[in-house]
Amino acid sequence: MSAEFGSGAAAIIIFIGFSIAAPAFASREGIGNFLDPAATLGIMAVAVALLMIGGEFDLSSGVLIGSTGLVTALVTTQLNTNVWFGMLISLAFALVVGLLNGILVHRTKLPSFIITLATYFMLWGLNYAVTTGVTDQVTVSGIADYNGYDSAKAVFGSSAGGFQVSLIWWIVLTVIGIVLLTRTTAGNWIAAVGGNAAGALAMGVPVARVRIGLFMGTAFAAWLVGQLTVIRYASATVTTGIGQEFNFIIAAVIGGCLLTGGAGSVLGASIGALIFGMVQQGMPLAGLPSELFKFFLGAILLLAVLINLYLKKRAQGGKA
Amino acid sequence: MKSWTFRVIGVAAAGVLLAGCGTGGKAATTSEAASAGGAGAIRDLNYAVVIHGNPDGSFWNVVKRGAEDAATQFRVNVEITGDVEGANQAKLIDAALAKKPTGLVVSMANPDALKASLENATSQGIPFVTINSGAEVSAEFGAIGHVGQTETVAGEGAGTELKNAGATKLICVIHEAGNIGLEQRCKGAAETFGGTVENLQVDLANPQGIQSTVKSKLLGDKSIDGVLSLNPDVAVAALAGVKDAGSSAKVGTFDINADVLKSIEAGDILFAVDQQQYLQGYLPIAMLVLYHDNLNTVGGGLPVLTGPAFITKDNVATVSDLVSKGTR
Repeated sequence: MSAEFGSGAAAIIIFIGFSIAAPAFASREGIGNFLDPAATLGIMAVAVALLMIGGEFDLSSGVLIGSTGLVTALVTTQLNTNVWFGMLISLAFALVVGLLNGILVHRTKLPSFIITLATYFMLWGLNYAVTTGVTDQVTVSGIADYNGYDSAKAVFGSSAGGFQVSLIWWIVLTVIGIVLLTRTTAGNWIAAVGGNAAGALAMGVPVARVRIGLFMGTAFAAWLVGQLTVIRYASATVTTGIGQEFNFIIAAVIGGCLLTGGAGSVLGASIGALIFGMVQQGMPLAGLPSELFKFFLGAILLLAVLINLYLKKRAQGGKA
Repeated sequence: MKSWTFRVIGVAAAGVLLAGCGTGGKAATTSEAASAGGAGAIRDLNYAVVIHGNPDGSFWNVVKRGAEDAATQFRVNVEITGDVEGANQAKLIDAALAKKPTGLVVSMANPDALKASLENATSQGIPFVTINSGAEVSAEFGAIGHVGQTETVAGEGAGTELKNAGATKLICVIHEAGNIGLEQRCKGAAETFGGTVENLQVDLANPQGIQSTVKSKLLGDKSIDGVLSLNPDVAVAALAGVKDAGSSAKVGTFDINADVLKSIEAGDILFAVDQQQYLQGYLPIAMLVLYHDNLNTVGGGLPVLTGPAFITKDNVATVSDLVSKGTR
């Protein structure tokens, strides 16, 4: 609750600040514009927040966005299929990656940081090798010419009045995430596994299923963002998504997720993504040097962590 | 006696014939292996190519193809590695030197970081050619030659094109912070453009972010009427941002991919600066082989320029095929 309050207040202050600095920021166009990158980031942040509450990380989530886009584009163009079929194969691929991440983390008891770091590099290598091997290029384009593209575009790549369809996906996923975490048994399990996995197991929580499910959740989100990208731009590139995984973690942490697991908020993560998007787009609008973006991002992250720390200490102090 | 002499002559003749056949057969198999992709090296010459990027950008992939094709044609071995970080690239050079290569090819986006490693190459007597960035210090560092597009000159060319198209206020989109070559392009463009030039920082891995940031910039300053992208994938996202913002800004880009070609055909992108990076992979291998065989050097301390060549609506049709083959 308090984490959402803190990040929510920060979001409002940032919105007002940029609106004063650049009136176009608060216009319909301006709002649609910062919601656009916030939406794809937010979709990932929701899944990553759930995973972090469950006590794990997924460093392969960024590069998997690129992989799923490439799978869709390659299957469609190389096998000459309907775009939807390509997306379906891509979904299967993503879920298998999530499943493997989950099983490996659960079985080996190794930190998920290491397991998914390995997955990250393997996917990166595969993205490059398979794409160049099959097409001699690093960008797969031309899927707009295949059957099913128009309907896929309506679902994943359309926009209305400056607002992208990805916004709807983000809102839907945020709501699902909130309900899952706060209103279901599975939500209790996630927090329990993240807080104390051994204790949760003793209490009869299906730890393996929870962990694997969470990794499949980030993989699904990566697939969704991959499709939102590949369908919208009608092309997929091997560099897409690489390095973005830290942005997802940053959004989740700004929104109140602890790096130690056990606590955090889905709504907070989405607000974190919103803040990220507002700062990223507000800076060029206000004429601030874009080179400073990362500095502000770091400063906001630091501030969020400090506020979380303060709130946590105060909560513990209250109990004692 | 006579029969003995005949026998010797006969055996010799058969030997010659066999040798002839043998050579023919051998040549055939090697060229077969060669066309299969670099596996056909018959000379024990090993060249290491260490670039300042993952060899997986649209750009470096074509460089790699050039180097591999040269390796096939000269029948030597080429190994390509790379890392975007200067310090990591230096480590890759050290690793390559440890294998005592016949020669080295290095791209120099961050010359200072590579200095010690390249001094090692010199002290070990391993000749090297610099490619892409770093023309200014190549000779000073001891390279036998430099193959590349002087980034500043290429930027100047792009600036002139945009100026001629009537643009007066330009944003130069930088997708890789800390890459000196990209900064030099923007600086070069500013030299010849005449009007105002402002740099805009974006993240290559996030197309939605690039599109939105370009759009934000154009919404924030309606007087911007030119956008210079330094990468083809960035160009596609930037163009989408320009369209979204309802701006009529002229868009130019460095380097090409299929989507950029389409946009040039459609008239949405004015031009692509083509630095013919295939040559930056191919020529250094040729230069190093010639240096090994004949101590030839090319350029006499001055860079061998591979660009800028411009792809515009006028010539786009002719290069399309080559792009799809991955050599342009």
